Amino acid sequence: MNEAQQAGLQIDWAGLAPMIIVFVAAFGGLLVEATVPKGRRLVVQVSLAVIALAAAFAAVILNQGKNGTAFEIEGAAIGSVVLDGPGLFLQGTLAVLSIIAVLLLAERRTTRGGDFVAEAAVVADSAADKAQRREDGATEIFPLTLFAVGGMMMFVVAGDLLTMFVALEMLSLPLYLLCGLAKRRRLISQEAALKYFLLGAFASAFYVYGMAMLFGFAGTVDLAGINQAGVDSGQPRMFLYIGVAMLAVAMLFKAAAVPFHMWTPDVYTGAPTPVTALMAACVKVAAFGGLLRVFNVGLASSAWDWHLILTVIAVATMLGGAIFAVTQRNIKRLLAYSSIANAGYLLIGVIALGEAVGQTMFYLAAYGFTVIAAFAVVSLVRDGDEEATHLARWAGLGKQSPGTAVVVTILMLALAGLPFTSGFTAKFSLFTAALQADELGLVIVGVVSSAILAFPYLKVVVLLWLNEPAPDAPTVNLPSPMAGTVVAAGVVATILLGVMPGFLLDIVDQASTFLNT
Amino acid sequence: MNALPLLSALVAVPLIGAVVVASIRRENADAARWTALGAAGLVAVLAALVALGFDYSADAPWLQFTESYTWVEAWDLNLSWGVDGIALLMLLLTAGLTPIAMLAAWRDLDAVKRSVPAFFALILALEAAMIATFLASNILLFYFFFEAMLVPMYFLIGSYGTGPKKQYAAVKFFLYSLLGGLFMLVAVIALWVHNGGVFDWQTLVDSEPMADGTLQNWLFLGFFIAFAIKAPFFPFHTWLPDAGGAAPAAVAALLVGVMDKIGTFAILRYCIPLFPEATQTFAPWIIGMSVIGVVYAAFVAIGQTDLKRLVAYTSIAHFGFIGLGIFAFTQASATGAVLYMFNHGLATGLLFIVVGFLAIRRGSAQIADYGGAAKTLPVLAGIFLFAGLASLSLPGTAPFISEFLVLFGAFTGNEPVAVVATLGIILAAAYVIWMYQRTMQGERNPALDEVPAMKRDLTLREKALVAPLVIAILGFGFFPQPLIDAVEPAVDNTLLFISGSPEDLPAAEGVTNE
Repeated sequence: MNEAQQAGLQIDWAGLAPMIIVFVAAFGGLLVEATVPKGRRLVVQVSLAVIALAAAFAAVILNQGKNGTAFEIEGAAIGSVVLDGPGLFLQGTLAVLSIIAVLLLAERRTTRGGDFVAEAAVVADSAADKAQRREDGATEIFPLTLFAVGGMMMFVVAGDLLTMFVALEMLSLPLYLLCGLAKRRRLISQEAALKYFLLGAFASAFYVYGMAMLFGFAGTVDLAGINQAGVDSGQPRMFLYIGVAMLAVAMLFKAAAVPFHMWTPDVYTGAPTPVTALMAACVKVAAFGGLLRVFNVGLASSAWDWHLILTVIAVATMLGGAIFAVTQRNIKRLLAYSSIANAGYLLIGVIALGEAVGQTMFYLAAYGFTVIAAFAVVSLVRDGDEEATHLARWAGLGKQSPGTAVVVTILMLALAGLPFTSGFTAKFSLFTAALQADELGLVIVGVVSSAILAFPYLKVVVLLWLNEPAPDAPTVNLPSPMAGTVVAAGVVATILLGVMPGFLLDIVDQASTFLNT
Repeated sequence: MNALPLLSALVAVPLIGAVVVASIRRENADAARWTALGAAGLVAVLAALVALGFDYSADAPWLQFTESYTWVEAWDLNLSWGVDGIALLMLLLTAGLTPIAMLAAWRDLDAVKRSVPAFFALILALEAAMIATFLASNILLFYFFFEAMLVPMYFLIGSYGTGPKKQYAAVKFFLYSLLGGLFMLVAVIALWVHNGGVFDWQTLVDSEPMADGTLQNWLFLGFFIAFAIKAPFFPFHTWLPDAGGAAPAAVAALLVGVMDKIGTFAILRYCIPLFPEATQTFAPWIIGMSVIGVVYAAFVAIGQTDLKRLVAYTSIAHFGFIGLGIFAFTQASATGAVLYMFNHGLATGLLFIVVGFLAIRRGSAQIADYGGAAKTLPVLAGIFLFAGLASLSLPGTAPFISEFLVLFGAFTGNEPVAVVATLGIILAAAYVIWMYQRTMQGERNPALDEVPAMKRDLTLREKALVAPLVIAILGFGFFPQPLIDAVEPAVDNTLLFISGSPEDLPAAEGVTNE
């Protein structure tokens, strides 16, 4: 880099601040692990993470209204980090959702020492492992979470494929680790981590191949440049097709779309429940944020080329997720398949392109709150120290713990899309946008899928209220203020966005235009 | 004339009542009962005020007592309320039947270990949602309550119902209705997209009718299937016998007496004015379905062995008559159909409540468990016979007027159909009389003597709560004119979309509560 360029390089530090704060806090968390005595680490780590994420959120708010790139040379924009409406909205959403997720990670009262293993390297089910079950869980999870969240925040503002790849790895690697850190049923947890890691590594490889193909086609990895090349590139169009296909495979893997969904039920079930909540809410936001940007900014000009295949995937995802959810007997698997079906609805928003960006983001925020609260409740219902995830164990919960049962009922009705919940407003606005984009067929499939999916949700409600409890029914462990806040925040957001969606609709409406579209 | 936001209050009072009652502790069951009854009574008073202030003249604006408050501006979703003659009758029916149903279920929960406050809170929530659907003049607002209503009804059937199949019945009811509702949702959104973002009913009615015939047909079907499931019309009826059979009798009275009317009400309010051409296209098919429903359901009713299921099937037959009345498109038949909706609520409501009296005494609603019961329960048997005769439209009872008007109207132009439908009257006589005979008359079932409750005739509470229904059925049987006067302007306005030109509609500006 010569001197002239260096002099001309302008960096929008304020625009980068949210990511910088989170990453610095993550490194700070590592230092805390090394310096602070074990007894006090939890408090320090949780405070650090929450403060950092809150500060990042505040920084996002201060960036509000920005519409440009973070780096410029001599006034010419470099598109590696793009600060625009959707990017900032999704960063803010990620910050809020991850604060909630961190609180859930910090829960230690429902089961002694929390859900995380103290020493992950100890062989599972060995004598040493049994001994460490009484110990408090490791606190590395907080810096790991911060790294992942920082990666997600970077992913949704990345304006070229290379930055996006770095962000993708940044968000994935800590998550692979986190999945394997469960204290109970460790083998399942480790299996989940391995499965997620191997498939995720394949997905990353696909991403890199796809990026190379697109570079060959467009001569640039910049999304706006690829879009331009879709119109005027002289290269064979086959490069574009292969590139888009491979890129889509990688991103749809993260988004858990059929047929790249196989890992979802196993990983969601095996991972510690707080990590599952983080994945279901935040990773979904990041993955769809990336998909929205890639398809709106980078591939809008070649929409004809990918429209059909993405439509097929969306239909398969909506129907597959819903149909498989019907037969599930484990609440975590049920929520996993429901999250697959929801990925299908969100894909409608991606396919509808510009018209639906705001509505897709609304859906992501609404769904994130609901699903985090749902997994938080799952972590409260316990057989002794283990979570009672088998649905049959939930029978008659309404008798013993009416409060918890009411919460679950509200969440299930929201997921089923009943009016006066965020589930309805989100689906309504998304389907409206899709119809405006002439995607009637997808909307009808979405509606059919919602109707199928209502059955498993209703089955949970039936179990809670209409069945008699078993004599050795699981108990609902009283949460500390941590998990209590998570549940409360999720339920309040679910109802608030259902009854008063106006303010958020206005925000997403203003924030729905990508730079360079 | 009336500055009070009466219609908002009609939705808010039961809703607030539901929240208050739900927060009462389980042990204070009586406090919950009386609070709930108080709220329902207040709703009845408010409804009566609306009826008194209503302008019954032919050139009055279509919707009266209109109110509108912005809710979600981006979707044109407003809290817009308004009432026409048809909605007024439905409102009165809801507001009248709900406290009666509460009284009917007053002590029914003593035997089962279920929360009494929750039961009454659910009934109030259901009342709020039902009233809101009748009063809403914004399509999305209507949809909100149309769907939300499923939740309290689902719990009322599934949690408080009777019989081994109550869960199955509740889930079937919920999913069936939800499926219909979701198809309607697609149509609602498509309508919104097509007309440029308008959900306000009055605006849509005043604007040019939809030009695209194919689109109109699809939208009509989206709306109609949801309403046909709700009503229910043959062949969308299979959930009703299960739900009606499993629900507690008082809830079944509300389910069949009021909630199902939302389907037929919404056809009049939405399908005809919004999609007039499509309505005409599909009318012959719907009339055919209605007539099949009349005859088929009557035959099935004759074969029932359970009293509640039997009454549910009679209602499906009656809904066939209502469908016939609406889609024959004559003033007499449509007026008759609306009166039918009201009178059927009274008669079937009474019949369900009396069946409930019997079932709670005997501990069973199976016909075979009765026989000669009139010997020890003369008054109850008398009311039972009266309710049965009213539901078969005996002259002198209110349902006779409506059935007569429907058939009279249908004869002009649809003679063969009307002739077949008339068969339904004969079959109705068969199932009612035979039901009465098998339960009340004939050889006494010796098992009845072992049930002490079967010797206890109607209590004062039970007499007090059936009295208004009996009086209303007789009163409107002899003096139906007030009802006819109330609904005729609204029916005429609706039919203008079929026969005449909608320009003849009364102006919407002259709102009464100014």
